[in-house]
Amino acid sequence: MSAIVVRGLRKAYGELEAVRGVDFEIEEGEVFGLLGPNGAGKTTTVEILEGYRKRDAGEVRVLGHDPERPGRDFRERIGVVLQQSELWPNLTVRETHAVFAGYYAKPRDVDEVIALVGLTEKAGARVKTLSGGQKRRLDLGVALVGDPELVFLDEPTTGFDPAARRAAWEMIRSLRALGKTVLLTTHYLDEAEQLADRVAVLRDGVIVRVGTPRELTSAELAVEIRYRRAGEEIVVETTEPTRVLNELTAEALARGEELEALEVRRPTLEDVYLGLVDEGTTP
Amino acid sequence: MKMFLHQLRAEQRLYWRSTEAAIFTFIFPLLLYVLLGSVYSKPYYGKPASQVLLAALFAYGCAMVAFAGLAITLVIRREASLLKRLRATPLRPGTFVASLLASTLVVFALETIALFSLGNVVYGTPFPDRIGSMVALVVIGSLCFAAMGVGLSGLIKSAQGSSAVVNLIVLPMAFVSGAFGPTENFPHFLQVIGKVLPLTYFVNLSNAVYLQGQPVWTQPQALIILTAWGLAGLVAALRKFSWEPRDR
Repeated sequence: MSAIVVRGLRKAYGELEAVRGVDFEIEEGEVFGLLGPNGAGKTTTVEILEGYRKRDAGEVRVLGHDPERPGRDFRERIGVVLQQSELWPNLTVRETHAVFAGYYAKPRDVDEVIALVGLTEKAGARVKTLSGGQKRRLDLGVALVGDPELVFLDEPTTGFDPAARRAAWEMIRSLRALGKTVLLTTHYLDEAEQLADRVAVLRDGVIVRVGTPRELTSAELAVEIRYRRAGEEIVVETTEPTRVLNELTAEALARGEELEALEVRRPTLEDVYLGLVDEGTTP
Repeated sequence: MKMFLHQLRAEQRLYWRSTEAAIFTFIFPLLLYVLLGSVYSKPYYGKPASQVLLAALFAYGCAMVAFAGLAITLVIRREASLLKRLRATPLRPGTFVASLLASTLVVFALETIALFSLGNVVYGTPFPDRIGSMVALVVIGSLCFAAMGVGLSGLIKSAQGSSAVVNLIVLPMAFVSGAFGPTENFPHFLQVIGKVLPLTYFVNLSNAVYLQGQPVWTQPQALIILTAWGLAGLVAALRKFSWEPRDR
């Protein structure tokens, strides 16, 4: 069954069309990445699904509900991490979780959730004393304390140092292990590649590509073969790397040469993404 | 109901934990009472200054707790996206607002008890005779000024300036309304301004109930004007209140 169905979604703010006809579906238990540069319409799309904004057109189903007219249990079943939000600075980590737990009919055990997001040592600390990364984990903790089926993560690691990002990734992976459906927005390509089962690339309010990270990277883009000859770097781009590589190595062998610094590089998601994003901006 | 009590408990904890807010809104009126009480000694309305000031600072306490404190708290929470975050939980907006009002009422009730106890201990002022009318005043004052506070929060755009803006409104209003002591000797134009402000009428009500020992319903004019201000606050709140940050 689909946790989220979006068809022909449109939203404009005055003259600005933020979302211009978006379609996608997210299966239960799937981690879905919405990837795109700033201003591509990611947050608008997510906030429509969360029930914050009204759409101008299109069809939206989230856990069987229309988020504009959510039934009683809609908010019981979703967890939300906003792009930017703060919690009460003077409550402790445990108190903050307990306040949120009180909003839900069947909350998870508070200490269990605190352990899950790795804040056990900080459980008694006031929120204002936490680091940026710890605050973000607190955001995730209070999003999970209601034991939601579906979790929205809007740029969960923006502004993190590399170690904090890895830790956050581990936590997001653990959501999959818990069977949660996750909708993740990010402008970090490696994040989408690492975490998402499927990725939709959003540009100027339109989805330009959907697929698994592997599908996206194996599509179209040429493989790069690089080597050095007489101190000069040579780059060959080809969609038939096996044949080209065979010819190159055969020639080199015939001449008795070594192909220095030989490297075969598959396009990363970043190359695909930048290719897609550039298509729209270059005339 | 369970959710209401849960949120009320959370609001109480938040209020008393936030030292700045608690000092600014709760301690300040008590402190001013002691300071003004030690300066003024001339009787007014045939009552000792300590009693007259107590009736006035009771009204000031209401303006601080329900109006200033609530407005600043709401702006700060709104701009921190905390209100937005709460909207994504099953906590209903009505329950949230009700618990916020109830929490304000609790704080102002405690403020009232603290003020009258302080007066009794320091200046030997009597406790009010009209307990029923005092309770009614606490409730009416909390609700009317809280409605204005929520309305004002909707008019303030950023958290940074909220404290300054609110002080700029509350301090002159308290002065002109007689919440720091009687205004009979004030220049005429200040008294005219005072006649428009809601706090003036709350001071009048407080004087009538505490100093004159009259029941609150003997002052229909003051009650009507105060309620009208409360309704104006409610209209502003309904039109301008926002769950999401303004300053972006």
